[in-house]
Amino acid sequence: MAALVMLPVTVILLSWGTAETAIWQHLIETQLARLLGNTLILVGGVGTWVLILGVSLGWLTAMCEFPGRRWMDWALMLPLAVPSYVIAFVALGLLSYSGPIQTLWREWFGADTYFPNIRSPGGVVFVLSTVLYPYVYMLARGAFLAQGRNLVDASRLLGRSPWKSFLLVALPMARPAIAAGVSLALMETLADFGAVSIFNFDTFTTAIYKSWFGFFNLTAAAQLASLLLLFVGVALIAEQRARGDGRFHQQPRRKKERFHLQGWKALFASAFCFLVILLAFIVPVGQLLLWALETAGELDSRFWGLVLHTFMLGVMAGLALVVMALLVAYGQRLKGRHQAGLLERLAGMGYALPGSVLAVGIMTAFAFFDRELINPVREMMGLEPGQVLVGSLATLLLAYVVRFFSVAYGPIDASLERIRPVFQEAAHMLGASQWEVLKRVYFPLLTPGLLSALLLVLVDTMKEMPATLLLRPFGWDTLAVRIYEMTSEGEWQRAALPSLVLVLISIPPVIIMIRRSRQ
Amino acid sequence: MIGNPLGRIARSLLILVSVLSLIACEGQAPSSGEDAKPTVTVYSSRKEHLVKPLFDRYTAKTGVEIRYITDSAGPLIARLAAEGSNTPADVLMTVDAGNLWQATEQNLLRPLTSQTLNSNIPEHLRSANNDWFGLSIRARTIVYATDRVQASELSTYENLADPAWLGRLCLRTSKKVYNQSLVATMISTLGEADAESVVSGWVANFSTDPFSSDTTMMEAIEAGQCDLGIANTYYFGRMKKADPNLKLALFWPNQNDRGVHINISGAGVTKHAKQAQAAQELLEWLSGPEAQGQLAELNQEYPANPLIKPSATVQAWGEFKADDINVEVAGRLQAAAVRLMDRADYR
Repeated sequence: MAALVMLPVTVILLSWGTAETAIWQHLIETQLARLLGNTLILVGGVGTWVLILGVSLGWLTAMCEFPGRRWMDWALMLPLAVPSYVIAFVALGLLSYSGPIQTLWREWFGADTYFPNIRSPGGVVFVLSTVLYPYVYMLARGAFLAQGRNLVDASRLLGRSPWKSFLLVALPMARPAIAAGVSLALMETLADFGAVSIFNFDTFTTAIYKSWFGFFNLTAAAQLASLLLLFVGVALIAEQRARGDGRFHQQPRRKKERFHLQGWKALFASAFCFLVILLAFIVPVGQLLLWALETAGELDSRFWGLVLHTFMLGVMAGLALVVMALLVAYGQRLKGRHQAGLLERLAGMGYALPGSVLAVGIMTAFAFFDRELINPVREMMGLEPGQVLVGSLATLLLAYVVRFFSVAYGPIDASLERIRPVFQEAAHMLGASQWEVLKRVYFPLLTPGLLSALLLVLVDTMKEMPATLLLRPFGWDTLAVRIYEMTSEGEWQRAALPSLVLVLISIPPVIIMIRRSRQ
Repeated sequence: MIGNPLGRIARSLLILVSVLSLIACEGQAPSSGEDAKPTVTVYSSRKEHLVKPLFDRYTAKTGVEIRYITDSAGPLIARLAAEGSNTPADVLMTVDAGNLWQATEQNLLRPLTSQTLNSNIPEHLRSANNDWFGLSIRARTIVYATDRVQASELSTYENLADPAWLGRLCLRTSKKVYNQSLVATMISTLGEADAESVVSGWVANFSTDPFSSDTTMMEAIEAGQCDLGIANTYYFGRMKKADPNLKLALFWPNQNDRGVHINISGAGVTKHAKQAQAAQELLEWLSGPEAQGQLAELNQEYPANPLIKPSATVQAWGEFKADDINVEVAGRLQAAAVRLMDRADYR
């Protein structure tokens, strides 16, 4: 399994066989410093923001009671349904110099008044953070809910201030979940091509594309990609560290009362949550809606095909990944290891690879199998040679598996981690077989984790663009493909309709995900 | 137990997944050679809404089915290369001669001997060994704000490096192949050193960071963030169609020397095409009078076949002298152009 996931990574690492000194020298002389700087700004900025937003919002909705908490609880997850390449063009459309807001601003305050430039590092960080914080929010909130307030209460009774109790008791206990959320957000940041290219913000990902399409040098591109992987490797080790050595197993049910916020505190909490929902979801979707209305005539019968394909691919990828991630995570437990081994870690790195690079890696490997393994067999069987793997649905699904493995693995592993080993021991003592333990002890306890893995992958797959573009079978066009066709021509208004539909069909899974976890 | 029904559902869904994959593989199988009406498979980086009407028309006329996938040229060429002799693709269709040149370099296309194509498509719009052919022409020219710039102030691409335009110029990113091809032809005509000083001059005149698309750049010009830029004419055409009162106009530069920079969208038959003959016939039809007008009109481009006139809208932008350097140069000098723009700090 891990070997399968490693396939594209291996293809990429093989690139170091050839030296590309001329291009490297050129890159070092002209670009590398800026690339590194920009990538660090992006990682640092997005990391900080998703951490602050995700943890604070997670704490507020999990542990506090304030007006509007019930609906904002799930509404805060909605930005997850918005792909980063969509939020990027919406933000630019709204906030750039020629956009409506700045135009109005100039009319009111004159042309020379300062307005923050959205096409800046801060703008990119802002845009990416608004769609990536839900990863942290979801996992942090889940962890806070699972903790309950007993220990925080105890800490307060012992004289610690509410803030200190939060920082010293609740936060450290939620650390594994928060670290998992942040690392998901950061890997997505590193892999992002859509948003940064719309902002013309140079990162490793754009440099990879440039070496490829500008210099037509796949080798240099792959070498850059492996540097990116090095980044990720370091980040993953950091995450491991951040998780700490402590083990926090799920405690028995405890009281679920929330802290009732009063007066200005309640007001502030409501306003803060609402502001985030407004900026990250209501405004962008509203803009999409306005644009979509202008092009509503394009809503033809083929559109349903796009929606159907998008949804089917998402469901299939979700199911395949849940099964695989569960097997791998459970295998780890059987070996008695609590944390993922090196191979699983490496397997998760697929998430941080730019989609196109990953897609080409997979495609290259499979085209090789087609040529060198399957065709000789077909010839022996008297069949005419042809292409079985590349361009098949199975290969596309495999690409999703590689890409989103860590998305599925995270929640499943985290909920496995919270199942106390004594359950398993007890079951074994009562004579249950390994399979029965999995089925009768783990499965019921894991259902929430499995469900959120399934839904996360579903949403992520539906948003996925580069691998879908390159590897889809003939006729399997999806909404993301349609969006690509429009945005790559700079026709953002016409991309609004498929974008809006994509967001809308992603909302139900997101809501189910958060509702289920509330119980 | 909760586990049992869930497990059963998961299992039956997994079976569904495998069945669906099999069906997809089935659909993938190449049609048998006996079939009188072959299916031609196209890898296209030209977008679906710009090619599908033509393909539909061809199918209606000849009965030849056309199936296609769309993606960017880079991934499609990589796929073609990786698939080798296994490829299902018969035709590669891309925009920008640089991409087609790259496909030739990697030996992915086959030279065609077609009287029709040779007479329909001028020599500077096809490769030296006739393995790809331009099908439409796009002109990359100067766009300016009519309320702030007089046409008389404009002359050449090189002139945009003049300090008179300090803080008034907007350009699209150098990562876009259209700009790489423009600079590649400048390297070929002016020499590398002169081309570099022109590009550096552009960068010095920037009013803001480069844009990710021609359209956003032109919106910025109209809004007053800058006064002029360089864009492909069809982007201008689309904006003009959406807003007839657009306060922008096109200017044809370099009319006294090499002419306006042009590029192509084009296609070639793949080296390992299973339906090479049918693919060649498709290309021949696309280069002919029936398809050329529509092909160009769909995206407000110029027909590659000189006998066909562009649409009335496009003709209204005026006649111009086009640079007749062979578009292959865009591919040959593309890497040099990218390096040059990097040195000039043109992002």
